[in-house]
Amino acid sequence: MNAMILAVTAPLTAVPALAAAVGFGALFGFLLHRGGVACHAVIVNQFRLRDFTVLKIMLTAIVVGGLGVLALHGADLANYHIKPANLLGIVLGASLFGVGMVIYGYCPGTALAAAAAGSVHAWVGLIGLLVGGTLYAFSFPWISTHILPVAAIGKARLPDVTGVPALVWLLGLAGLALGVFRLIERHERRRSASSAP
Amino acid sequence: MSMANPSGTPAPSLLRQPRWNPYAVGAGIGILSWLVFALADKPLGVTTALTAIAGACASPFVGADTVAANAYFQQHVFRWDYGVLFLVGIGVGGFLSAALSGTLNRETVPPVWRERFGSSVPKRLVAAFAGGVLVMFGARMADGCTSGNGISGCLQLAVGGWTFFLTLFGAGLVTSALLFRSRR
Repeated sequence: MNAMILAVTAPLTAVPALAAAVGFGALFGFLLHRGGVACHAVIVNQFRLRDFTVLKIMLTAIVVGGLGVLALHGADLANYHIKPANLLGIVLGASLFGVGMVIYGYCPGTALAAAAAGSVHAWVGLIGLLVGGTLYAFSFPWISTHILPVAAIGKARLPDVTGVPALVWLLGLAGLALGVFRLIERHERRRSASSAP
Repeated sequence: MSMANPSGTPAPSLLRQPRWNPYAVGAGIGILSWLVFALADKPLGVTTALTAIAGACASPFVGADTVAANAYFQQHVFRWDYGVLFLVGIGVGGFLSAALSGTLNRETVPPVWRERFGSSVPKRLVAAFAGGVLVMFGARMADGCTSGNGISGCLQLAVGGWTFFLTLFGAGLVTSALLFRSRR
């Protein structure tokens, strides 16, 4: 923690900071909805490789966000918030998540935006999310002793594990993302040309 | 950025367009993450706060004592704090975007689902519920969802974030191949 962040975040319980929480959330919800990812078809068709909106948004957010947060961290204006890499738990959890996301057609954040935009099945799935969280809480004693400690390597970052600096990783990811986007755009042009009358 | 407009009517203003360019939206979320990291000292995330809400909602059904005694809910006590208000904000933003662009709609059986599984409402709602259960159980086991692990974890180059992102995509591809076999 550094002084400047403390100065900004110290009154986090005060009204302005809580208003900022709603404001940041509103920006996020607005962007998710305008991006099209609060739409069931867009999410499901990503996994069917018919719509690449999810990948375009996520890769761009990761590269833009990553470069900015790296710079902020370098200037001592932001802290990292790394979660422990409990690899077995993450692999099993992400697998369940992937199965559920195709069936539900939303992830938790986009589900909230979609529910607010009126989607009825998004609301029903939100109840499922709450039940899923409760089931996890009551499974936690077993999972935390049998699954989470397996292949747990702590708060690891790719630069630490590989010795390659963060900036090199992010510039490499940016190059990779640009290449992937070019392929996607070419594929989309070809497909729309072949489907035209 | 606006689409071709065959009807000849003027393109709607930016705030009224139903969809924005996905790269612009991705960049916007990236810039939002700068603000949230620097000003709120938090990562972008959803399911940590959602767990606390789950505990509060479970109380009437399983008993407040049972929730209070649970080790996981003890780590996620419901408060009107930053995380919960961020979720309220997501709802506000989603509603505003839909209202301004005139795309509020009461979708019950989405088209992609109907094409494959028919127009039964109970069938779709049971699936949405079951999918939601899997999503949240998985998100908690992985300690984060597409926001907390997928965006915030990956942008910090966390090993866990990238493991989550790649595994999620793999599992989603396999699931959709099994569920939505294309007839070509």
